[in-house]
Amino acid sequence: MILKPQLKELKSIGYYLGKIMIGLSFTMLLPAALGFLKREINPALDFIISFEISLILGLVLTRLCFTKKDLDWMQGMLVVSLSWLVAMVLGAIPLYLSGHWNSYLDACFDAMSGFATTGLVLVQNLDHLSFSHNLWRHLIMFIGGQGIVIVAISFFVKGASGAFKMYVGEARDERILPNVISTARFIWLVSIVYLILGTLALGFTGIFNGMKPFNAFFHGACIFMAAFDTGGFAPQSQNILYYHSFPYEVITAVIMILGAINFNLHYHIWTGQRKEIFKNIETVTLFITALVTCFITISALNQSEIYPQAMMLFRKGFYQLISGHTGTGYQTIYPRQFMDDWNNLAVVGVICAMALGGAVCSTTGAIKMLRIGIIFKALLQDIKRIILPERSMVIQKFHHLKNIFLQDTQVRSALLITLMYLLLYGIGALVGMWFGHPFIYSLFESTSAAANVGLSCGITNAAMPAALKATYILQMWAGRLEFMSVFTILGVLVAMIKGR
Amino acid sequence: MMLKSKIQILPNPKQIHPPSAEEIGIYLVVLVLLVVLGFVNNGYTQSISSTELINHAKDYDGKEVTYAGEVIGEVMCRGDFAWINLNDGQGAIGVWVDKALSAEIHFAGSYQAKGDWVEVSGIFQRACPEHGGDLDIHARELKKITPGYLVNHGMDPERKKLVFILLAILGAAWILQQLKRR
Repeated sequence: MILKPQLKELKSIGYYLGKIMIGLSFTMLLPAALGFLKREINPALDFIISFEISLILGLVLTRLCFTKKDLDWMQGMLVVSLSWLVAMVLGAIPLYLSGHWNSYLDACFDAMSGFATTGLVLVQNLDHLSFSHNLWRHLIMFIGGQGIVIVAISFFVKGASGAFKMYVGEARDERILPNVISTARFIWLVSIVYLILGTLALGFTGIFNGMKPFNAFFHGACIFMAAFDTGGFAPQSQNILYYHSFPYEVITAVIMILGAINFNLHYHIWTGQRKEIFKNIETVTLFITALVTCFITISALNQSEIYPQAMMLFRKGFYQLISGHTGTGYQTIYPRQFMDDWNNLAVVGVICAMALGGAVCSTTGAIKMLRIGIIFKALLQDIKRIILPERSMVIQKFHHLKNIFLQDTQVRSALLITLMYLLLYGIGALVGMWFGHPFIYSLFESTSAAANVGLSCGITNAAMPAALKATYILQMWAGRLEFMSVFTILGVLVAMIKGR
Repeated sequence: MMLKSKIQILPNPKQIHPPSAEEIGIYLVVLVLLVVLGFVNNGYTQSISSTELINHAKDYDGKEVTYAGEVIGEVMCRGDFAWINLNDGQGAIGVWVDKALSAEIHFAGSYQAKGDWVEVSGIFQRACPEHGGDLDIHARELKKITPGYLVNHGMDPERKKLVFILLAILGAAWILQQLKRR
């Protein structure tokens, strides 16, 4: 029997949602401050207005839904799924007010793309966007990559039990430290330390490349936030191609790989347990899949002779591939070049890389390496069962922070999520084809959206139909949350209609 | 006096001869040569859009093109050369230009400025071997068409009004909360 959700259950959801909205509102003060500093008065006012709207709504919600109860699993999942939609709507306000987005839907598209660390854009005239709006675009990637709920858990949520349920709902089920609040704060610590180091590295490289100091460090900070959070936004319309710089590409590639690694692994590296890099199933799987997809893409490009030199193959082929595999989406070629200059096999290599993704408990999206590794281990186990004598007991182990015996429940979970992702990629591709795009490019764009990558072959643009924009928004949202929180919303809607 | 001198300037109509067959032949040869040379250069003297260049990169690869756009971002000097990125409203393309030529540029497009609109002529490459496969133009000529300028964004009174209205609502909400607590 399906039970209708009670008002008091919805109140808990409303209360925590309000807290997240309040937290989000305060993040808007940073670009507002930059706007006043750089004498960008109207952009600064855009953020003050957005701050006020978000704060008012958050306060009203927390007041109306005040409760001291902790969250249960359903409520935790609902808070997560709704908070991402709310963040999209509130985050779009300053973008829309800037006048650089054709419609509020377009602003919502870019806001979701930012929070979900995707990187697909509909912004117009990006090269004339204010510093404060540009900072906001990259800041929401930083926030979204860490996790909107992580922000709340770190600073606003008192109850550890409810916090854990929200943490899991945001597609993180690994704890680095015993307490989930400590885990959230550790994730922030890692990110801030890398932010300082990454900004310095990119800033000095920018100056070396001929940029003015303020621009070099501003771009450095923005590019770091988008690279580490495997997002892919850039301050200029040409993306990374704007810089025409090999050192810049190398540094961003390193940052992208760091962002695609499990935060647990960062903890092990920081605490001196560096052997974990070589033993961990995720890093081993990532290395193998990167090698295989790289081989496919590079050999296909070599065949087409578009890049006759090794350095060109590295800067174009390898860069786009690693950008796709880590889920970042940085490009040093124009979107159209995927269609015109790259042959189908090279494009397929990138699609496969995008579809697979990086590590769990990282900033990346897609199926993820732990699941791929588990599926392959399960395959190995089944092959062994066939080959070995019937009476033998086949035990399969894998190493992920510790030695783990492979269980059927783990395999089932990995296969289910993989299947969901593949379905999502396929549905998006069908919608793209419905609007007249060829299969391979529809699949490319759909995979890019659902796997939160952001590489584009040109389908994503302001002129695309609203239905396709909405499709990609939903794909970005579902892909980022890994379905469970999204299914919870659907389940609650069904319960509200059919429940007793 | 002026009229006399005017009459003196004009040639005697009886002295104007129609061109001979030989003269016509020479004019025709010169005309044909000019037309042929124009095509032999394989140059596109009319400015080509970024969309055209990017979408048909293979056709323009290795050819002399003319491209015009607004300088955006900043001029990035690298030794004796510089990178400038020109946005023509449809897209932006990187141009590798002699540092001396780039000195003509005073404004680059941003929130606070409209960049110089310049026209460059040079070799277009869809995958430049010198620059790691970048799609770029190696310019040999740069001409400033329209100078850029600083943009004065005055404070929008509507935004200012909205800020104060929302502030009033926030204030009211805070007062209500304080009253409820008491």
